[in-house]
Amino acid sequence: MSQRDERGNAMADWTADEMMTVAAARQLRDDTACFVGIGLPSTAANLARATHAPNLVLIYESGCLGAKPDRLPLSIGDGVLADTADAVVSVPEVFNYWLQPGRIDVGFLGAAQLDRYGNINTTVVGGDYDAPTVRLPGAGGAPEIAASCGEVVVIVRQDLRTFTERVDFVTSVGYGTGPGDRERLGLRGGGPRVVITDLGVLEPDPVTCELTLTRLHPGVTREQARAATGWDLAVAEGLTTGEPPTARELAVLRALEATKSDRRRQ
Amino acid sequence: MAKLVSLADGVAHLVRDGDVVALEGFTHLIPFAAGHEIIRQGRQDLTLVRMTPDVIYDQLIGAGCARRLVFSWGGNPGVGSLHRFRDAVQHAWPRPLELEEHSHAGMANRYVAGASGLSFAVLRGYTGTDLPGHTTNIRPITCPFTGETLTAVPALRPDVTVVHAQRADRNGNVQMWGITGVQKEAVLAAHRSLVTVEEIVDELEPVPGQVVLPGWAVTAVAEVPGGAHPSYAHGYSVRDNDFYRDWDAVSRHRDTFRAWLDEHVHKAGAAA
Repeated sequence: MSQRDERGNAMADWTADEMMTVAAARQLRDDTACFVGIGLPSTAANLARATHAPNLVLIYESGCLGAKPDRLPLSIGDGVLADTADAVVSVPEVFNYWLQPGRIDVGFLGAAQLDRYGNINTTVVGGDYDAPTVRLPGAGGAPEIAASCGEVVVIVRQDLRTFTERVDFVTSVGYGTGPGDRERLGLRGGGPRVVITDLGVLEPDPVTCELTLTRLHPGVTREQARAATGWDLAVAEGLTTGEPPTARELAVLRALEATKSDRRRQ
Repeated sequence: MAKLVSLADGVAHLVRDGDVVALEGFTHLIPFAAGHEIIRQGRQDLTLVRMTPDVIYDQLIGAGCARRLVFSWGGNPGVGSLHRFRDAVQHAWPRPLELEEHSHAGMANRYVAGASGLSFAVLRGYTGTDLPGHTTNIRPITCPFTGETLTAVPALRPDVTVVHAQRADRNGNVQMWGITGVQKEAVLAAHRSLVTVEEIVDELEPVPGQVVLPGWAVTAVAEVPGGAHPSYAHGYSVRDNDFYRDWDAVSRHRDTFRAWLDEHVHKAGAAA
């Protein structure tokens, strides 16, 4: 109980990353279809499926629709996804038939940089495009996921490098430059409904579309969240503190995480 | 009818300096052995095309085979960055690398247009992103029926596409199954194609969900058991996740990368 994490927060018996993953999983509703990226989104989606959302439909861009893995895949093309899927389709089909027409309720994205309007950069940081300070992997499926899913859930660690006044490159559009921008651009999905971080939860203000801190994780202060944000972070009047992970959520999450190391022996 | 060839002959005859080359495979069925043969034969000035230039393209780029990369996501899946790709973009090592960058949906549709014999594909994508500002091959187009603004991307027609599959018969009919990504489209979009397979059999037994590329649609087939390693071939092998994790350390520095290349590509080829 006296342990402290890297931010100096007292750790009960869970870490900031575990809290973030649990909070993200809680955002996913049963009987919806979720477009899942690898890493934290995949972990959170599988946690949701193993707890409160058994009928959550997981869709991976490798072409696996309705995957039901019993262990965490290391990659979106892991064989366990194909073995357990309702259907395995081609990549053009995933994007053209399933994502583009708006058949997928939730898109689940990470970010290297994120701005106050929920725009995401996963392409380049610093310098210019042709000579960047850091070359990141790029777009993958994210631009169209951000454009076409019913809503977007973003999961990202909150710090000054990531939460930046302006993203260096718009890989995936959130609310663009503000109210009405998504509509002007012709984007059909609703955009980022919620951003889950290791410090708390942000949601777009219904009028300004600006990401607003609405919930803190247990043990985190609003000052910590503001200090980890590269713009003047708006804080909701009714700021609340979220529930810590339940024993069941933690047990399931840790069992899932353990499958990563088990797999090394397969 | 596809010709049955050795891997070395297939690469020697079908992959030429300066070619536009696509090695496809979406995590599954990635033609690693063919990529290594391209490195061994010292191909230069290639335009490498691939939706996910992961570890095989990290190796080709680090070996100096590539002048240009057309892609949509360049990382080591589930692990992190591609260090040889980064070194080429950030420091022009071992040579500068031009980029043409898309999204997955854009790349997939470019192959579909190529396979369909069309000059372009249309999708509802890219709008509001900074990608069209850096990639001239992404253009707005007005729908002639509704007036809506959509996005056009030109067809991809690689000089040669290389893929790996589970099986072929002696007439070069190729059978693949599991996650088949964009391989069918990439083969049909290309002028020439080389398919490496786990095994060549007398009779192809039907498999649920299989994709068949008829022998008359493929240029050459080479039997290369394990030719997808560290990727995998569903029904034959499992993905070597440790290799992908370990690649991060191997590829991080130029000297460890070069030592790996000598040991596992150049010397391995000489021994074969």
